Amino acid sequence: MAEWAASGESPEFLFWVGCAGSFDDRHKKVTRAFCEILQNLQISFAVLGTEESCTGDPARRSGNEFLFQMQAMSNIEVLNMYGVKKIVTACPHCFHTLKNEYPDLGGNYEVIHHSTLLAELLAQGKIQLKEEEKEAVAYHDSCYLGRGNGIYEAPRNIIQGLKKELKELKSCRTKGLCCGAGGAQVFKEPEPGNVDIQSKRSQEIIDSGVQKVALACPFCMVMIQDGLNKHGKDKEIQVVDLAELVQQTMI
Amino acid sequence: MTALGQKDSAKHSSIMQIILQVLFILVLSGLGYLVTQRFKLIISTIQLAKPIELNDQSSERWKRVFLLAFGQKKMFQKPLVGFFHFLIYAGFVLINVEIVEIVLDGILGTHRIFAPYLGSIYPFLLDFFELLALGVFVACLVFFMRRSIIQVPRLQVQNHRELAGFPLKDAYTILAIECILMLALWTMNASDAILQARQVEHFEPVGAFVVSKNLIPMFSDLSTSTLLMLERVAWWFHILGILGFALYVTYSKHLHIFFAFPAAYYSSLESSGKIAHMPSVAHEVKLMLGQPVDANATVPEQLRFGAKDVMDLTWKNALDAYSCTECGRCTEQCPANQTGRALSPRKIMMDTRDRLEEVGKVLSQNRGQWSEDGKSLLGDYISAEELRACTTCQACVEACPMELSPLNIILALRRYQIMEQSDAPAAWNSMFANIETNQAPWKFNPSDRLNWAKS
Repeated sequence: MAEWAASGESPEFLFWVGCAGSFDDRHKKVTRAFCEILQNLQISFAVLGTEESCTGDPARRSGNEFLFQMQAMSNIEVLNMYGVKKIVTACPHCFHTLKNEYPDLGGNYEVIHHSTLLAELLAQGKIQLKEEEKEAVAYHDSCYLGRGNGIYEAPRNIIQGLKKELKELKSCRTKGLCCGAGGAQVFKEPEPGNVDIQSKRSQEIIDSGVQKVALACPFCMVMIQDGLNKHGKDKEIQVVDLAELVQQTMI
Repeated sequence: MTALGQKDSAKHSSIMQIILQVLFILVLSGLGYLVTQRFKLIISTIQLAKPIELNDQSSERWKRVFLLAFGQKKMFQKPLVGFFHFLIYAGFVLINVEIVEIVLDGILGTHRIFAPYLGSIYPFLLDFFELLALGVFVACLVFFMRRSIIQVPRLQVQNHRELAGFPLKDAYTILAIECILMLALWTMNASDAILQARQVEHFEPVGAFVVSKNLIPMFSDLSTSTLLMLERVAWWFHILGILGFALYVTYSKHLHIFFAFPAAYYSSLESSGKIAHMPSVAHEVKLMLGQPVDANATVPEQLRFGAKDVMDLTWKNALDAYSCTECGRCTEQCPANQTGRALSPRKIMMDTRDRLEEVGKVLSQNRGQWSEDGKSLLGDYISAEELRACTTCQACVEACPMELSPLNIILALRRYQIMEQSDAPAAWNSMFANIETNQAPWKFNPSDRLNWAKS
């Protein structure tokens, strides 16, 4: 972003990479896949790089409002300094926080989730697809996309737009079962229970009979992969982000 | 002698009539007073909680009232249950129109005061009410079966500890009272119809009605005096039952029949995942970061960060707790509850209400003033383990037919735990430290943030 600012131009989007997209080895691949799509389609974007910082979502949801606001205010300072208008992110938690919670602190941006952007690009015919055999793909709803922000259709439109067969899981859309990560759960051991939430959700994926499950959240990715590993199904069922699904199918 | 006796008995019956009228007025005003007192106490308990401004976008809010409360839109997500619930609701609202007549008859000592004015519409209306009563009766039987025979999991005490004791009794009591009230209505009308046929004085011929006429054969062998007694007993039972029910409801989960409407009006118009802003924290954080603060802004004085007790919640949280009818759709959808964790969103609502009731008791014993009783919602009712199991997935809010939010209560309590008690699992403390020092929840070097672009 600093380079864009120095050149006096402004990109179409600021891509908010998020902590998982920056540091988690698995999710770095998603970040790269999404960037590749944007570059192929010659959509201009910038990243904050080392000027980006955690949105504060896990701090806020665990109850640490001070830390959340420290993060939020510092981020807003940076974003406003660059005059950012449009943000795209591949993380539903960053998306929700930037979109719905930053305005209270003076951060007003047009924020979209990458699934919305990708669905639009597909619908506009901007993405050329490879000829492929039709495969079945299940979609796992993320809480902060679905219930939190009413985004149920865009991810499904992507799967269908890529000419794949969309499989609905036993619980989906408004009733979609959480992966177990949200509310800062992913950063601590689960409370005592009969079974891990991710195991329950993964069982639904196994029961759907698919070999591929698509999702759109780095934390769901961690949890669902863990659930499938524990069921010993990690070789049979592939977990992909929607951006990877698009990138793999586009020419 | 005979003439004198008749005169005596006429005098006697008119004195009796006046006594009954006076008695009715006393009972009506007495119960009316008690119900009003209960509502006043509940409202002042709710007002003890923190203020929150929810009067924006009134047209959108009225739309909520019509869709969620009057229209019961979300109840129809389970169509069959939605249908039966609607029967009870429609029956309850419309049959209560008849209460106006019953109350006027009671006060004025008349009998079916509206009949002469409404003419042929009167029997039609009464037929309609009787059919609604049949709907209510059938629906209550269905709901009784769902609890005891079909055993819908979310309504079973063996699955859900919060239902043990009063809540379970409460649920059955409501169904039983509603059935008995409907039976009283039909009994009253059936005995009335026989008395009309026997041309007993006062019983104007309005005819037999569609449901109660089927009960006539059961009562037709009874003597006129027994029938007179039966008709009066059913009449009194019906009206006393309804008045008593109105009082009982204020102690019961059934309070939703009144509070569903304000709860829908004040329901959140924002994302269910949005956490309430804390301006008091913003002020301090701005000072810490050296950002300009508005010198003129009045910073709300914060006695506590987050909520330890019900008065630290917002009045909307308190209203939610009083509006909850313990259906358990929230708990049924909760991922933590489904996987055997201690958290049950329904229990959060019930605990909040129980604590509010306890606070209300202190208020009523203490002339409307709150004094510490050494208890609190967090700790005495809701445990840390329950709070920590929440994934903030919002399935509870989504599932609630009235859009009540157990989640907002959970988050307010979590804020107190973290910010006031510094009571966080060690892993969360590391996460906080990482965010503070590395700007990410994990221990990575912030200068490596762009490394993904290099390989």
